[in-house]
Amino acid sequence: MRTFLAIIWRDVILGIRASGGAALSAAFFTLILVLVPFGLGPGPATLQAAAPGLFWMAALLSTLLGLERIIQPDSEDGTMDLVRLSPLPLELSALAKIIAHWLTSGLILTVLAPLLAPLLNLSFEAAPVLALTLLLGTPALSAIGTAMAALGSSVQRGGMVLALLVLPLNIPFLIFGSSAVASAQAGEDPGQALLLLGAASLIAMVVGTIAAAAALRIGDE
Amino acid sequence: MNIWYYANPERFAGLARTLLPWTMGLALILASLATVWGLAIAPPDYQQGDAMRIIYVHVPAAWMAMFVYAVMAVSSALAFIWNHPLADVAAKASAPIGAVFTALALVTGMLWGQPMWGTWWVWDARLTSVLILFFLYLGYIVLWSAIEEPARAARAARILALVGAVNLPIIKFSVDWWNTLHQPATVFRMDGPTMAPEMLTPLLIMGLAYNLLYVAILFMRMRAEIAERRLRTIRLGLEPAGS
Repeated sequence: MRTFLAIIWRDVILGIRASGGAALSAAFFTLILVLVPFGLGPGPATLQAAAPGLFWMAALLSTLLGLERIIQPDSEDGTMDLVRLSPLPLELSALAKIIAHWLTSGLILTVLAPLLAPLLNLSFEAAPVLALTLLLGTPALSAIGTAMAALGSSVQRGGMVLALLVLPLNIPFLIFGSSAVASAQAGEDPGQALLLLGAASLIAMVVGTIAAAAALRIGDE
Repeated sequence: MNIWYYANPERFAGLARTLLPWTMGLALILASLATVWGLAIAPPDYQQGDAMRIIYVHVPAAWMAMFVYAVMAVSSALAFIWNHPLADVAAKASAPIGAVFTALALVTGMLWGQPMWGTWWVWDARLTSVLILFFLYLGYIVLWSAIEEPARAARAARILALVGAVNLPIIKFSVDWWNTLHQPATVFRMDGPTMAPEMLTPLLIMGLAYNLLYVAILFMRMRAEIAERRLRTIRLGLEPAGS
């Protein structure tokens, strides 16, 4: 348990302090949303209709940013070898990495998104639902992202490769997350989409953790 | 047939060489038979007229898109669990074939959708999940080419193929779970096909032809891959590291 917490603590500190970490991903998220009115025009109705999907797309893209730094530097400087040697099962080490990534990306977006809701004229009722969908969905994004980052850790400058691996797998969360927000905004009950989002997210967290551990084992064979 | 007997790449390459002309020949014969049958003999649909004949290209391609991914997933699992030396080769060789079948299914689907649904593309569950499948194939191919060392790439690709397999049941059941524009299953259903036998027979023959074509191309690609690995080994053996 101490090792588990130590990995989380270390990664969170690194995520906050290193460049390209948590602050950058939050800034990127904000910037995407700020760019939207220039692209779509500032019409409040247009923005309102597009907001649920845009928030989720911004979340998908900004969680991509931090992925390269979770595994690759560690496998280059030998930290990953120490993690493999530790008595902690590799699955739990992978889970710690996932949690740390979520704390420095998904959690921040969850807090940030409702505050940015007025930018895209998202309705007041939909803002808490948006936060809830992000709370449910972003852990899955971190889990899938970490697994794919572990797979791609031996690829030099694998940013684009990582995007190609991660984004198709993230589509379900985009669909269910934005449809929950959209139905809340339309005054309907978002329950069904929320349940599907939660279910997909749970599956992804289990599969992502196991896959990440399996991918981390590649390195030591 | 013992899968371990053919674990020897040379033995397998020999088998592939022997079977290749037969599978390819049979695929071509069956494909021509099904083409003539489907285009000329089978009756037109009472609603869609002759436009439904694209089914003989579209549906087998969609079957193969899923089947090839399933082969990739199963051989990745074989590679993962038993480290079968040819399983990775089979999965790697399958990926581009599967990607082409998927692209063919998407394109013919669009061509069919235009006159029937009045639109080239809708974000319907079946179409979307097949499009995701296409990207999964691309990601798999890219991962193979991005990691230089083949043994390492193989291990990474296995995991990706297995994770992506989650998408297969979603594609298969998307038309049943979500009530969408794409028609529900008409051939592989619990209570038997709901298609007229005059149309079903050429469709199934065409499906068989596609399958044999896949096997034939797979044999070709696997032989090429085995040869490439041998070349690599020879080259690495002759040229010491650093040169």
